[in-house]
Amino acid sequence: MTRSDYNILSSRFGRSDGHLLSVYQAEGGYKALRMALTMKPEEIRDVVKESGLRGRGGAGFPTGVKWGFVPQGSEEVYFFVNADESEPGTFKDRFCLDYDPHQTLEGTIISCFAVQAKLAFIYIRGEFGWLVDRCQAAVDEAYAAGFLGKNILGSGFDLDVIVHKGAGAYICGEETGLINSVVGVKGQPSIKPPFPAVSGFLGKPTIVNNVESVASVPWIINNGAEAYRKFGTEKSCGTKLWSVSGPVKNPGVYEVPLGIPFQEFFHEYLGGMVEGEELKAVIVGGSSVPVLPAAEIMSCNLDYESLQNAGTMLGSGGMIIIPKSSDMVELIQVLMHFYFDESCGQCTPCREGTGWLHKIVKKLRRGEGTADDIELLGHVCNGMAGLTICPLSDAAVMPMRSFIDKFRPEFEALIQETAPAEPVSRWPRGEQE
Amino acid sequence: MSKPVNEQNGFALSPEGAARVDKLIAQYPTKASALMPCIWVIMDEHGFVSEDGITYLTGKLDVTRARVHEVLSFYTMFRTEPQAEYTLQVCHNISCHIMGARPIIAHLEKRLGVRLGETTPDGKFAIEGVECLGACGLGPCLQLGKHLYEHLTPARIDELLESLRKGVVPRADTDRELQGKGEAS
Repeated sequence: MTRSDYNILSSRFGRSDGHLLSVYQAEGGYKALRMALTMKPEEIRDVVKESGLRGRGGAGFPTGVKWGFVPQGSEEVYFFVNADESEPGTFKDRFCLDYDPHQTLEGTIISCFAVQAKLAFIYIRGEFGWLVDRCQAAVDEAYAAGFLGKNILGSGFDLDVIVHKGAGAYICGEETGLINSVVGVKGQPSIKPPFPAVSGFLGKPTIVNNVESVASVPWIINNGAEAYRKFGTEKSCGTKLWSVSGPVKNPGVYEVPLGIPFQEFFHEYLGGMVEGEELKAVIVGGSSVPVLPAAEIMSCNLDYESLQNAGTMLGSGGMIIIPKSSDMVELIQVLMHFYFDESCGQCTPCREGTGWLHKIVKKLRRGEGTADDIELLGHVCNGMAGLTICPLSDAAVMPMRSFIDKFRPEFEALIQETAPAEPVSRWPRGEQE
Repeated sequence: MSKPVNEQNGFALSPEGAARVDKLIAQYPTKASALMPCIWVIMDEHGFVSEDGITYLTGKLDVTRARVHEVLSFYTMFRTEPQAEYTLQVCHNISCHIMGARPIIAHLEKRLGVRLGETTPDGKFAIEGVECLGACGLGPCLQLGKHLYEHLTPARIDELLESLRKGVVPRADTDRELQGKGEAS
């Protein structure tokens, strides 16, 4: 972090004491909760709806609208904070929970009050074992201070929070996979509808929100929807955390208003590339979104609509900077291995397709590919996109297709002109790992 | 599945572990929903879940063996076999790859004399390649249990191995003070 002009979410990032309840309270923490508990739940839902806050986990669905899907008068509602941050390139939620766990916790309590949930889970990926301890310590402090438990601050509202530790499965970041994981079965996604807001955990209405979305709620309650909308663009409201990796001078997590030009962000915040490197391409929203070559990203603004118009997605805000020295076919092999490894296996197009994509790319890189193999990659993608229960299949297809579209010469350069002229099988030969 | 289900073969949790299991069962809305955290209790104490551990879970949580098996096998962090004393899990996903994960893995292989996915003959070290650990801007990185080591260099790997050989797990970048002031990274 080199700049802190915007601090809706990041004011305590990088500090050694920001995780303490005493510090959080001294800086105005839990004021929003006191205010929220004097409001009606529907008033809170309306404020968040009007703020334009959109889900920061990747889908970008309006948070307040999602809350509104819980059927009126539901007796038993569950709330899940999705901290299963596993999208390659994304490491923002861990900053929220590490440096400022109480902000997310306060947001969780307010959100639960808004949807009248009595039990919330903070689902943290298993690899963040240290973060589980950190969050549990914050939850314990909140119980001791009366912000959790029975009759919170005398309001009559009860809430329990369980910090749940995952165990290494990318797919559990998908909301129905996450719910199933806590049910105590394999964390495989369920088909929608029904949507979790209607029938989720144990068949009851369940809201799943990303950490960053939840962490934005206290500020919105304190300052109002109008103030939040002052940041960002008309449709992409507020600030966004970008987690930036790759050979830039200042990688890290940054909070900036949505809509900031990439060029400005790249030069003024990231400091440009390290000495001796040149920008080749950027995967802007986590590994699952289409890649953009340097020339295309340079004219983009960093908001949901501009990035969609440019043919990619804002996603999780996990920005991966790719330097000139990188071999794009090697990088797509790394990514295809990831999706193959993480496919949960229940849908045939994804289970088989991700394996094929990985095998065909490996074959190309071994110098055994033919011109048909590049077309075959496209065929396999066509058989995967939009045909499965959850978006993991599409998440593999989007980088695969875009890497070929934007960097085709690198794939073609691997095809040996002297390749044997045998008829090409549509079925790639089996090979060892 | 070699032993009859009623044979516990001395599987036991410490009193603290057993108390944790009972607390989890009381805390979670259904017994079955406490399965993952209860597996973690066993993992934390034994490093893996044996067939007898599965028997213990089925008895405590009223779930079938099949269900425990499917959950154990679904998650990469749950293990059903004894593990090396120190399993070094190096991220080999895209961001760490760009920042030099391959040379780090090669250096570890050279120093330990085993390949990725193997365990040293003395059972002390294993090297695994794993997917994104959520330290993309801080890579290359590796995980050792709850500890995440970031900004890896060959020199840092050497220091880590030297310390582990003496039985000392050095302070990781993510080791934090829980109550008092810790060092910010």
